[in-house]
Amino acid sequence: MNRVCVAGAGAIGSLFAGHLARVAEVSALTRREEHARALRQQGLRVSGRSEFTARLDASTDPAKLAPPDLVIVACKGTDLEPLMQLLAGHWPAATVMTVQNGIGADEVAARFGDWKLLTSVTFMSGTRHGDTHVEYVLDTATWIGPARGTTPADAHAVADLIASSGLKAEAFDDLRPSQWSKLIFNATVNTVAALTGLPHDPHFAALGDPRDLGYLVRQLMDEGKAVAAAVGVTLAEDPWEMNVLATQRGSAHYPSMLEDVEARRPTEVDTITGALVSAAQRVGVPVPLHETMYRLIKAREASWE
Amino acid sequence: MKVCVVGCGAVGSLFAANLATLDDVEVWAYDLAREHVDAINRNGLRLTGAGEVVGHLRATSDASELPQCDFGIVATKAMHTEAAVAATAHAFANGSLATVQNGIGNEEVLARHVERVIRGTTFPAGKIVEPGVVQWDVKGDTTFGLYDDKPAPFEQVELLADACTRGGMSSKAVRDARGPQWRKVIFNASTNPLGALTGLTHGRLCEQPPLRALITKLVDEGKAVAAAQGIELDSDPEELIDYAARPEVAYDHKASMLQDVEARRQTEVDYLNGGIVEFGRRFGVETPEHATIWALIKGMEASWKQA
Repeated sequence: MNRVCVAGAGAIGSLFAGHLARVAEVSALTRREEHARALRQQGLRVSGRSEFTARLDASTDPAKLAPPDLVIVACKGTDLEPLMQLLAGHWPAATVMTVQNGIGADEVAARFGDWKLLTSVTFMSGTRHGDTHVEYVLDTATWIGPARGTTPADAHAVADLIASSGLKAEAFDDLRPSQWSKLIFNATVNTVAALTGLPHDPHFAALGDPRDLGYLVRQLMDEGKAVAAAVGVTLAEDPWEMNVLATQRGSAHYPSMLEDVEARRPTEVDTITGALVSAAQRVGVPVPLHETMYRLIKAREASWE
Repeated sequence: MKVCVVGCGAVGSLFAANLATLDDVEVWAYDLAREHVDAINRNGLRLTGAGEVVGHLRATSDASELPQCDFGIVATKAMHTEAAVAATAHAFANGSLATVQNGIGNEEVLARHVERVIRGTTFPAGKIVEPGVVQWDVKGDTTFGLYDDKPAPFEQVELLADACTRGGMSSKAVRDARGPQWRKVIFNASTNPLGALTGLTHGRLCEQPPLRALITKLVDEGKAVAAAQGIELDSDPEELIDYAARPEVAYDHKASMLQDVEARRQTEVDYLNGGIVEFGRRFGVETPEHATIWALIKGMEASWKQA
């Protein structure tokens, strides 16, 4: 695996591209031409937990990039379909790995080509400081598992490559237990953060007074756990314990949905909460509070129109 | 007759200005907002919108200036009741004190400081547009009634309702005013926080079917809590919600809680959704949706303290 293309160079995509450029030949597929030009000319600076500047190729047109062995699709869930549309017909020999929040991203990718597919979830986080500078904030892992046409060995090979670049990665024979843990975590924490304006801080685990946010967080997670159980997934980690641990870290994380709401951008609520609610309907498990959160986020989006 | 409005914000101003148009009523207003008080004393209190009124009255931020009054009308935000009533109670030593505030539990606070309490609920709404000037967004009825623990004589309740009606604030006196009070609490708790959480006006909330369905879930929880206490609603809150969504009524009205959130002021959620959750707990009725909304608004308030 010598050539990697990172499609979508937001914070997560930039962290992958910058680090992987140290161990592979990396290109970035961007949406804006000026972004691609800046990356070609200035390279990509990584700061924070790593500190270096990477050289890489970049373009808005896949035809102008050397065919990669691995494509990491790192755009937001809301941009996944148009990006896959752009990739359709290119690089048939490549393995495509999706990194979107929620569940079902690999199924979307599958509709646009016959690539071998890997699925993943990432817990790392970064902050973009412009087109050519990304700060590596949380050095938590990316979890990778097989999807269409791939084996656990393929997942291990990609995890090894990513780990060798300085990021954390782990391969799983079946990613669904991890993916569902994160789905329940995100469907709860991201929506609560977006609606309240709170970063993911100790309020989310508070269980003193009856109006404390911890009760709502736990109820949302309990609804999600009931859905996972009905789907037949044994969770890799308990989302409530993930929540408690994350809020004890000291530095409060700003979930992307909170940033989206503050910037008045469309959120990923459809691919996160929407995916959970659809799955719940398929297995007949009631999730009234997630439905409420979904409706409130959609209404907040509508208020900007 | 001397009447003092305690808390002369938007709703208090509607009562104060309208009552001040009556020859037989001397109106006082107690409020802590100095600029508003000064403007009222300088130019009178002006209402525009649903009615054009200029009322001339005495306003003060110093409770010791208040004369002995026959009636008080408390119209502060619910979280300021205790402080406002404690400061002004001496003026109602021989009179009756009514509340027209949002939420549940205000009468209990009044009763800690005065001997004759009048339960009240009012539906008109507005907002202060500049000191001394209030935009009157929505007209509506007021109901006054008895408060069991320390009731005012019913003739006094009738007298107050009559004065308000003559002044232009349609009011009636009933023995049990809990029906309209719970109808309004359910209306407010089911719509205001959704406006605050989403930024949408009342009309826009109601025209989105998923949100309208969420409002109905909240209304149904509220109705169950009212029913468990033996309270008969005077009419269905759903009718009021749809009525208020009409373009000529309150389609564009930003709920007071949305106004609070935009100004990053503490909201009345503890007395609305919090009140429904608390009474639900006391009477064994589950209220998960109200508990969710309560927690989200409290989280929002907490986020301002950090910023």
